[in-house]
Amino acid sequence: MNAIIVSALLGVVMMFSGIFTTNKTIIKNIATVGVLVLLAANLMEMNNLFSFDINTHDLIVTQRYGLFFNCIAYGATFIYLLLSASDITEVGINVAEYFALIFFVLCGVAILSSFNGLLMLFIGVEILSIPLYILTGSDKRNLKSNEASLKYFLMGSFSTGVMLMGIALMYGATGNFGMVHSSSLRGVIVASQQPPYLLVAGVVLLFASMSFKVSAAPFHFWTPDVYDGAPSVFTSFMSTIVKAAGMLAFIRVFENLYTVLGPTWHIIVDFAIVTTLLIGNITAVFQQSVKRMLAYSSIAQAGFMLFALYANNTEIAKEGMLLYAAAYSLATISIFAVLIKLQDYTLDGFNGLAKKEPVLAFAATVSLLSLSGIPLTAGFFAKYYVLAGAMQAGGALWLIIVAVILAAVSVYYYFRVIQAMYFKEGDPQTLPITGGFKAALIAVAALIVILGIWPSALLSWLYF
Amino acid sequence: MIPVLLLFIPLVAGILGFFIKEQKAASNWAILASVVTLMTAIVGIYAMPASMHQFEATWLPSIGANFSVALDGMSKMLVLLTAISMPLIFIATRNNNYSNPGVFYALMLLAQAGLIGVFISMDALLFYFFWELALIPVYFLSSIWGGEKRIAVTFKFFIYTFLGSLLMLVGILYVYLHTKDHSFAWSSFTNTDLLSGQETLPFFLFFIAFAIKMPIFPLHTWQPDAYEQAPTATTMVLSGVMVKMGLFAVIRWVLPLFPVATSTFAMPIVIVSVVGMIYASLIAIKQDDIKRLIAYSSIAHIGLMAAAIFAGGTLGLQGVQVQMFNHGINVIGLWILANAIESTLGTRKLSELGGLATKAPTMAILFVVLAFANIALPLTNAFIGEFLLFNGLFQYNIWIAAAAGVSIILGAIYTLQMVQKVLFGEVSAVTANATEINSYSKWVLVVIVLAVIALGVYPQPLIDLTKDSVNALLVIK
Repeated sequence: MNAIIVSALLGVVMMFSGIFTTNKTIIKNIATVGVLVLLAANLMEMNNLFSFDINTHDLIVTQRYGLFFNCIAYGATFIYLLLSASDITEVGINVAEYFALIFFVLCGVAILSSFNGLLMLFIGVEILSIPLYILTGSDKRNLKSNEASLKYFLMGSFSTGVMLMGIALMYGATGNFGMVHSSSLRGVIVASQQPPYLLVAGVVLLFASMSFKVSAAPFHFWTPDVYDGAPSVFTSFMSTIVKAAGMLAFIRVFENLYTVLGPTWHIIVDFAIVTTLLIGNITAVFQQSVKRMLAYSSIAQAGFMLFALYANNTEIAKEGMLLYAAAYSLATISIFAVLIKLQDYTLDGFNGLAKKEPVLAFAATVSLLSLSGIPLTAGFFAKYYVLAGAMQAGGALWLIIVAVILAAVSVYYYFRVIQAMYFKEGDPQTLPITGGFKAALIAVAALIVILGIWPSALLSWLYF
Repeated sequence: MIPVLLLFIPLVAGILGFFIKEQKAASNWAILASVVTLMTAIVGIYAMPASMHQFEATWLPSIGANFSVALDGMSKMLVLLTAISMPLIFIATRNNNYSNPGVFYALMLLAQAGLIGVFISMDALLFYFFWELALIPVYFLSSIWGGEKRIAVTFKFFIYTFLGSLLMLVGILYVYLHTKDHSFAWSSFTNTDLLSGQETLPFFLFFIAFAIKMPIFPLHTWQPDAYEQAPTATTMVLSGVMVKMGLFAVIRWVLPLFPVATSTFAMPIVIVSVVGMIYASLIAIKQDDIKRLIAYSSIAHIGLMAAAIFAGGTLGLQGVQVQMFNHGINVIGLWILANAIESTLGTRKLSELGGLATKAPTMAILFVVLAFANIALPLTNAFIGEFLLFNGLFQYNIWIAAAAGVSIILGAIYTLQMVQKVLFGEVSAVTANATEINSYSKWVLVVIVLAVIALGVYPQPLIDLTKDSVNALLVIK
């Protein structure tokens, strides 16, 4: 409960800070401290020190798992602000609003990690999405940004409509807004021998709209355009923290869904995983713009995260989801932070970066190695955990083999960036780079490696 | 404690090496580090009690992975090979200049750490870690300092082997879920509840990864290009030590884990290996580039070892162990010669060379001895190894042994052809102003040649070193 209230309050604080000062540095610092306050508030609740006691009639149920996810999301946001806050202030003139919107998104994250019912799921998803529509279009004078925003808004509204339809059908079938796995729902199924058609239709619609939110195929079409058109700082935010939260909501709402759909469930999830991995990885190979390549890579990574859904809520899959969220967010935030500093987003724009800015190239390399899942980086254990979870749950081996073959494909496009940085000659133009920025990048790289050697450093907090 | 030291000396030295800027200093540092590693290996293996040969620490208890390393007979021998190779390579190529020398030598040392890690891991997940770790530095080494087509060629090599290792990872997971105590330990992996029919799939997941690494026909296509394009020092590591990873891994992780599948699929694999031997030998005859010739000859030699592994039997397995070491030092010797020819004459083409024997007699003598070792003449170290290998194959199937024998004849053809074209005949325009080999390379070659002859006359130390692990293997089977 702390996280929801504090993040909403901080959003309001940020909005008002814009009235009292126009100094970008002050606003930036308030936001950075704000995230730390938010993190502290969440930690307090996690350790039973203090929490707002509000009776939500079971609409919101905070559990350690969700709170821990909040910590990861807020920690990632803190790193994100450390690396990129000064770039946020360069996007436009309404600096305070950008930070305010980010805090509102974080409020959505908190709701998605603790909702207990489809109604709260819907509210959480909307609180998460609406600020993003604005952030996408925040570069007002850039036509691509405007286009992306409009596209995102229209498609997003449409998927929201689909989601509401799905929820309504499920309500019609069960008579309440409870979670799919709640006992009342099982009662309905047991009573009628097989799941009622209304319920199945509702579940499928909900699945489709959640797939849209996490850009899983075949509902991914908005992703490349929106990620490419939005200002890069916000793409970084959208494709990491927001996506991980969406994925968490996806997994929470559908845990145990196989009891409703039976074997059909696996066909649907198999299809979603395979198409997401295929489309994400294969299309990324052909991209010349690194930013667009990262957009497709985020689709591909979503495919791997869907394995956590496939694994039916086993312990290892739940841990894997957290680790994946952390590993993927760290790596992507850091690679985007480097990308923003470059003037030219094409692959050739990276040529010779290792000579000119060795620290940036090194940090980007560690991130790319992590994204491709090479051992000694967090990405390896992230992939390991989700695949092990799927396998332990008795998953089909062919699916896992397809996934690793496509992971090998992913090496192709990630390593092209490394090749450009290290093996090719060039003189990349960069924005001014401060020592603090480099230090933060090194710290993130170190964190990626630490998680890659010893993932328990993160995961053991889940239990103590 | 010894295996931990062997792992961390090159690792730490490698990390420190990144900060050295100067060519000579970096080279000295690498030589120092590798010699210390060699000393540690020799003292550790021969003078320390067996209790010092293993180490275990908890790593990820929740999933049953431990930092568990040990030196047994086979790993002792390969660790020795790695530890001996590195100083030889560093000294022999001391006159080569590199841009960013500190980074070059640092990556070489990291590759050494990865290799040693592969040989000493007794935990499947740890093994997988080192398997990849050995690859990453080589990727950067070849891509930065390699030849003209280096980027594309190395990339092919990397993706090929990475795909293999990912399949192995799935195999590891599969076996892991069938272990009785959900652990990655080697002892648990060899004692699973896999039914004999369930072995096929993980067997191939593991085997493909190792077959790519060895490489055996038809998965060898990355190899000649990679050897040709990599900087020579890296090629030496690749062909001297790294291909042994594949052979080693089959003996350590495939034979004891999947005995039923191994015997079921032994025949096709042996046949494919032998076909690959003959195929590679035929191509080698046609090669004009010394590096590519050695690369194909290496495929043929590895093919013989792979065939002998799957043919089974004490003698064959013993031969593989001995031959892994011998092939390692012999091929490094050949690469040093290729490097010397290329760096003094600026060409590797056989058609442009000739008459070097009159210009550089010392080199000619060393060359001839190593060429004899390459065709396994008696009194060279390779003879005893190949004798054991053929013995194993002969007991398995006479016809296959005969077919494999053809490749020995072909081996003699291409090797002697190379000797003839390089050393004898008319002095060509290129070789007219050839000079003697530089002293660093010369003394390293002298050491190698002495080892070739010494182990050819008295191979018992190698056999003693590996006997216990061969016997242990046969007990498990």
